[in-house]
Amino acid sequence: MADQQTAPHRGRNAVSEPTFVRWLLILICALFLALFLVVPLGTVVGRVIMAGWGSFAETLSESDTQSAIRLTLAVAALAVPFNLIFGIAAAWAIAKFEFKGKTFLTTLIDLPFSVSPVISGLVYVLLFGADTWLGPQLKAMGFPIIFAFPGIFLATVFVTFPFIARELIPLMQAQGTADEEAAISLGASGWQTFFRVTLPNIKWALLYGVLLCNARAMGEFGAVSVVSGHVRGKTETMPLHIEALYNDYATDGAFAVASLLAALALVTLILRTLLEMKFGAEVGNGQHK
Amino acid sequence: MDIRIDKIRKEFGDFPALHDVSLNIRSGELIALLGPSGSGKTTLLRLVAGLEYPSQGRILFGEEDASWKSVQERNVGFVFQHYALFKHMTVFDNVAFGLRVRGSKDRPPKAEIRRRVEELIDMVQLSGMENRYPGQLSGGQRQRVALARAMAIEPRVLLLDEPFGALDAKVRKDLRKWLREFHDRTGHTTLFVTHDQEEALELADRVVVMSQGKIEQVGSADDIYDRPQSDFVFSFVGDSAKLPVTATNGEVLFKGAQTGLRTSAANGEKHIFFRPRDIVLQEDGPAFEGRILSMRRLAGARIAEIDAGLGEGAERVEIELPLGVPAEQGNVIRFLPHRYAIF
Repeated sequence: MADQQTAPHRGRNAVSEPTFVRWLLILICALFLALFLVVPLGTVVGRVIMAGWGSFAETLSESDTQSAIRLTLAVAALAVPFNLIFGIAAAWAIAKFEFKGKTFLTTLIDLPFSVSPVISGLVYVLLFGADTWLGPQLKAMGFPIIFAFPGIFLATVFVTFPFIARELIPLMQAQGTADEEAAISLGASGWQTFFRVTLPNIKWALLYGVLLCNARAMGEFGAVSVVSGHVRGKTETMPLHIEALYNDYATDGAFAVASLLAALALVTLILRTLLEMKFGAEVGNGQHK
Repeated sequence: MDIRIDKIRKEFGDFPALHDVSLNIRSGELIALLGPSGSGKTTLLRLVAGLEYPSQGRILFGEEDASWKSVQERNVGFVFQHYALFKHMTVFDNVAFGLRVRGSKDRPPKAEIRRRVEELIDMVQLSGMENRYPGQLSGGQRQRVALARAMAIEPRVLLLDEPFGALDAKVRKDLRKWLREFHDRTGHTTLFVTHDQEEALELADRVVVMSQGKIEQVGSADDIYDRPQSDFVFSFVGDSAKLPVTATNGEVLFKGAQTGLRTSAANGEKHIFFRPRDIVLQEDGPAFEGRILSMRRLAGARIAEIDAGLGEGAERVEIELPLGVPAEQGNVIRFLPHRYAIF
């Protein structure tokens, strides 16, 4: 009995693994990340550096490239707020109400995750293409969908709409409706309850979802490729432009735009990490006890 | 504010949560809704608050029919089971919430809000904690913040859902006493829901015992404990013993034999209920007879488990034996309850 008390624990507990297992797991993770993330990304940056600043600046000053950047930013700037509203509405409905077909709705929200982006694009071609009834009518009215901005926007929204909703649903379900009931029992209106109680409760998850949604909206290739028509300087987003440059053997140019797109994604990632630190601190603060 | 609950029915889908519940609450009363889970007590509280609407029936606040008024219009103070404090707001902002969300016409000026909030925080003995967040408070402190927040809107009625449910035993007792004093000082008509009979009996002016969506009995703690009006109330409140008996022309028969007890109940198969301590041991004459199966010693009493009726088809029942009486496992004893009810 006595030697049990003096036995050193060295911080071990029942669920910790032997040291070599831990190191092995960490090593596998690091190798995997290096092989699949760091090396490819490094190559992109490396190519740009090797080609030199002049080539980089030249590519970015081309009007087609600038148009691609503008289009990408415009699509993201529209698609994200759109999905923000949809995401909150869907999460609210699913988390706070009981209704028939709720499981079905939840499954529908996941659809873009499980469907190939090419199909997501094709859907709109089948709906608004030249062979359809609707497509030519809208085009005649001066509002073309396919091979134009609206098509790109629709395809992007379709692909990115799960991000915000998926981020919010589990959180809002866990939070329940007690806070909202408390607010209305104190005399708050629906809007006051939403802005003063619901929104602050979900703000970090919401921002996180927005960032993910934004990253995907800027980077979407497959769905957009189907509906865009690849008109240079008009309907080419950054990912499409990269492919076009590459196919034209303008490899340096392709890598220049790719590095820019990667940089945008990286900014998003850094913001995300900062948020996580902040979010994590709040959880640690004991506010969720 | 008088509250009249008039033949309220409430169904959730096909599930009836309340059947024809009626209750009159006098202004300034402290009422406990007591019952097991699923008895409909929380539903009744939420109906009064306006968080649910009745399927049938009316709820009157004074002379005014509030049945279809929204929560906001009813102006009730509701304290939630887990307090539902706003985590991102300080204690001060939580308490001030109800005043700040008012329309510009009814909203008091800033200085007035500050004064009133500070007064309330002082009343719930949390002065100096105005700038803390709920996460930095103990359970009992959160509970008092929730109460101050509910009181800030000068409610007509105060409603509390399991107010002490999430607290440990010691804090519970202190807060119970504190709430009673708080009620006596402010004089608000107050309804609280609890599944803890001790809490209900100690705290409330009148206790409403509920079971399966119905009110079983309404009365003072003495009424409920000493004069239970149904088998449910008898077995739910306090310890009780229960044996099957037959009522025949005013006589109570146990397994076909006379017990010498009398009843006004109609003829038929019944049950006799009594408190384990309300028994007298009998030397001879008619009585319940049974063998002691086991004995337990509590602080001030001995509890014996007995197979009343002896042998085949015997009914197990627990009674309290006087301390002076020699008795041990295997002994046969004879007893009669001196206070009992037949249902």
